[in-house]
Amino acid sequence: MSKLLTIKDLSVAYGGIQAVRGISFDVSEGEVVTLIGANGAGKSSTLRSIVGLVKPSGGSVLFQDKELSGLTTENIVKNGITLVPEGRRVFVNLTVYENLKMGAYMRKDNLEADLNWVYDLFPRLKERNWQSAGTLSGGEQQMLAIARALMSRPKLIMMDEPSLGLAPLVVQGVFDIIREINKQGVTILLVEQNANMALKAADRAYVMETGQITMSGSGQDLLENEEIREAYLGKKAKK
Amino acid sequence: MDWLSRNLPYLMAGISVGGQYALIAIGYTMVYGILRLINFAHGDIFMCAGLIMVYASTVLPIYVCIPLVIVATVLIGFLVERVAYKPLRSAPRMSVMISAIGVSYLLQNLALYITGGLAQQYPTIPWISDVITVFGVTTKRVTVITPPLVILLVIGLVFLIKKTKIGMAMRAASKDFETSQLMGIKINSVISFTFIIGSFLAAVGSFLFFSNYTGVTPTVGAMPGLKAFVAAVFGGIGSIPGAVIGAFLIGIVENIIKGLGWTTFSDAFTFALLIIVLIFKPTGLFGEAAADKV
Repeated sequence: MSKLLTIKDLSVAYGGIQAVRGISFDVSEGEVVTLIGANGAGKSSTLRSIVGLVKPSGGSVLFQDKELSGLTTENIVKNGITLVPEGRRVFVNLTVYENLKMGAYMRKDNLEADLNWVYDLFPRLKERNWQSAGTLSGGEQQMLAIARALMSRPKLIMMDEPSLGLAPLVVQGVFDIIREINKQGVTILLVEQNANMALKAADRAYVMETGQITMSGSGQDLLENEEIREAYLGKKAKK
Repeated sequence: MDWLSRNLPYLMAGISVGGQYALIAIGYTMVYGILRLINFAHGDIFMCAGLIMVYASTVLPIYVCIPLVIVATVLIGFLVERVAYKPLRSAPRMSVMISAIGVSYLLQNLALYITGGLAQQYPTIPWISDVITVFGVTTKRVTVITPPLVILLVIGLVFLIKKTKIGMAMRAASKDFETSQLMGIKINSVISFTFIIGSFLAAVGSFLFFSNYTGVTPTVGAMPGLKAFVAAVFGGIGSIPGAVIGAFLIGIVENIIKGLGWTTFSDAFTFALLIIVLIFKPTGLFGEAAADKV
């Protein structure tokens, strides 16, 4: 598989505080890769620096062999990366339909086919098409945030804590969707605190601690890893 | 009937001046909606539109001056944002506001330097300055055409914001800069566009306003600017319909107070209204309850 995204020695600093300390990882086409770790490990900072919402203090972000670090956010997303931000951040003053159109803001072609695609994925959104996004429930807003990201027809979709604050049943739904859109050919980089769900969904995983990657492997391997089980899955390893 | 015929001139003047305040108030409220900034320089941009007209009309025919004034005013609004506000995009809001006050004084003092402090006579724009008689009231035509013109412009503006792509981007950006950028929106273009619309409306307002109040002084923008600001606060700052309703209300009440013979207090009413609104309903008529972005 060809590498879609290659991160090398990426660092992010806020003032004097190093949030990300020279991490390197990659995402290949068609994969689901997850970054797991505790609060403050630097996962969100990593995603935000990839799309240019914070400027990395060092390192490189290669996307399809093109260097992205230093570009503005709108130029980065033009290359086919999108981020579903933490906390959903749908435009609450716009309707569901307008939110989807915002997702396709850069596109000039016909949106009909893709609208139907996301309505198929999320029938709920079609029902609520003309409602303002602020009236949706948390789970529906998460669906809308994902659908909005899909409307840009991204090659890589990054998701920051899509399960945050959702009921367990809804979380299951979100991960079903993640698998489904991956099956349809979208590469996914997923940041999660819900390590159990994330590892089950992922082909490969990286563990982040205090700004560094401390472990990596296939999702299945890490699920069975004792250290991971104790630190993130809340289970004692079976003797 | 007798009361009405006695007060009709004041009522008409009120509606007309209210419409002119409305055109200025939209500029305040739109900029606040997107930047959370009270653009104190807006009234002075309005003054600049008046001054440019004064000087342009000495060398050019009026029909050339009108588009020229519009273009020049839009350019001033655009430049003010680029030079004084854009570099402060990530600075605390207070810094931008102080920068706005600085621009306001800069424009006033530039005007003072250019005019020498003397009131300049605004040129007579033909047709709209003609004296006509409606319902037995003698007035300039501008009084009558202001309200429908304002309503037309507001309808156009609402259409732009509700139905077009750039309007949608403006609404999105007013809620969330970061996520808007993730959609590929160029935030700076959207902000510039907002200032362009505000300045355009201020320029149109200046033609109407100065056709009635013909002396252009360096501080002439201050009073209408302040009143338009009060209108925007009254209507709920950030809300366009709110600003328009507030502006008409202030214009009408002020002139009715004048009609009752209390001219001295007409300005006091406006500012008393500001205090009362801020105490009892700080979000205004149509303002949103959730004030701060998280």
